[in-house]
Amino acid sequence: MDLLLDGVGQAAALLLAGDGEVWGILRLSLLVSGSATLVSLALGIPAGTALALARFPGRGLVVAAVNAGMGLPPVVVGLFVTLLLWRSGPLGGLEILYTPAAIIVAQVVIAAPIVAGMTLAAVQQVPRAFRLQLLALGASRVQMVWVVLREARLPVLAAVMAGFGGVISEIGASMMVGGNIKGQTRTLTTAMVLETGKGNFDVALALSVLLLVVVFLVNWALTVIQQRSAQ
Amino acid sequence: MLVRLLAAALVLLASGAPAAAQPRVVILSTTTSTQDSGLLDVLVPIFEQRTGYTVRTIAVGTGQALALAARGEADVTLAHAPALEKKYVAEGKLRNRRLVMYNDFVVLGPEADPARVRGERTAVAAFRRVAAAGAPFVSRGDGSGTNILELALWKEAGVTPAAPWYIESGQGMGATLGIADDRRAYTLTDRATFLAFRKRLALAIMVEGDRPLLNLYSVLEVDPANGPRVNAAGGRAFAEFIVSPGVQRVIEAFGVDTYGRPLFVPLAGRGDDDVK
Repeated sequence: MDLLLDGVGQAAALLLAGDGEVWGILRLSLLVSGSATLVSLALGIPAGTALALARFPGRGLVVAAVNAGMGLPPVVVGLFVTLLLWRSGPLGGLEILYTPAAIIVAQVVIAAPIVAGMTLAAVQQVPRAFRLQLLALGASRVQMVWVVLREARLPVLAAVMAGFGGVISEIGASMMVGGNIKGQTRTLTTAMVLETGKGNFDVALALSVLLLVVVFLVNWALTVIQQRSAQ
Repeated sequence: MLVRLLAAALVLLASGAPAAAQPRVVILSTTTSTQDSGLLDVLVPIFEQRTGYTVRTIAVGTGQALALAARGEADVTLAHAPALEKKYVAEGKLRNRRLVMYNDFVVLGPEADPARVRGERTAVAAFRRVAAAGAPFVSRGDGSGTNILELALWKEAGVTPAAPWYIESGQGMGATLGIADDRRAYTLTDRATFLAFRKRLALAIMVEGDRPLLNLYSVLEVDPANGPRVNAAGGRAFAEFIVSPGVQRVIEAFGVDTYGRPLFVPLAGRGDDDVK
């Protein structure tokens, strides 16, 4: 218990003291997971919307695959992305393994299905009659999709939160493709594992407090946006 | 606001990208003990400053570190499993194995010492007693250098360790020490990790100073024939650096301020049999 309280205290102390390493780790985590979430939105929202509105043979299978993808184990993603990015792998020429770019790639693979799956569910919830009505009133297909997405914006924002929450707290893939390199690819979660392994439980606790605060603040901001647009 | 934040993130990312793409990168695969002890945090910045290379340190178990290097996924490796290292050298995967430093392993056990191990001079004899008593023993079980040595000791003792008394943690040394402490079990650890964790442990040293318990660290270069894009020059530069006299002096002084004693003894230029 004393260790827990110390952890909270030390987290505050580390941040207030402007510990350069901790700030660097925090910045990298936000940067990597923020970028991965952005890319996942760019891929997942159009894919989810298209899947919700289109009808084609084998659609059920694709939807099932996306839904299954929402539960992709990060460590499996990490392993596959590592093998792809190996110097001897098919994407070895990029030479991005053990860099933040590699972590972003892995996190996109984790987050994009989450965003796509939740967008799919959100758009499908908008009644079909409403879509037909829009088209009947003379809306183009693009305008119809835009209005439908606006109708579905609350659950889509929830998809953003789920995607970001999934990747910022993910560890398996970050560890494998990033390598937990000091000053280069050390994120909040991989740093936590390292400090625990070194027996520095107080620092690990400080980092977890920091992670929780970050996750809360980001979700709070998104919730404010979500609830404002709900009114 | 959200859009602006995300845009700022993208700009930051773009500014960081060129550094990742620059060619002068050396990938060092090494064991967790060199990283957990903090030694690499001291050595790597000196090397980067002196040579202009950027080092990507991949700290994993020794088995994995050597396997990665043998595949050409690293440029140089710092490992502590002499038999395995020599095998890779013989196969032509790795080359120019040079000793860097050593420290030692110790056999730990609970104060109560239910297997009456204390007083044994050799690790092998101690292991036999643990097995005969069926006292709990926690193994890393992860293919690390420590694990490889431990398995060799069991073999030497003529014992096939098995459940229920033999527990495989599958984790790093720190976590394994925690489990051994909790189960009041015996275990094998490198001294550096034990010193780092001693405050939290009720375990005591049972056997030390036995010749097989020497922990030899070597640097090996990767043969560029093993795979595409191996940075042989960079790997060689790191190997030359770590065995250079100046760096050996840094290794000798490392850890004195924290533990009151050095964690590693420099060994460059010596042979495997020169130690003690």
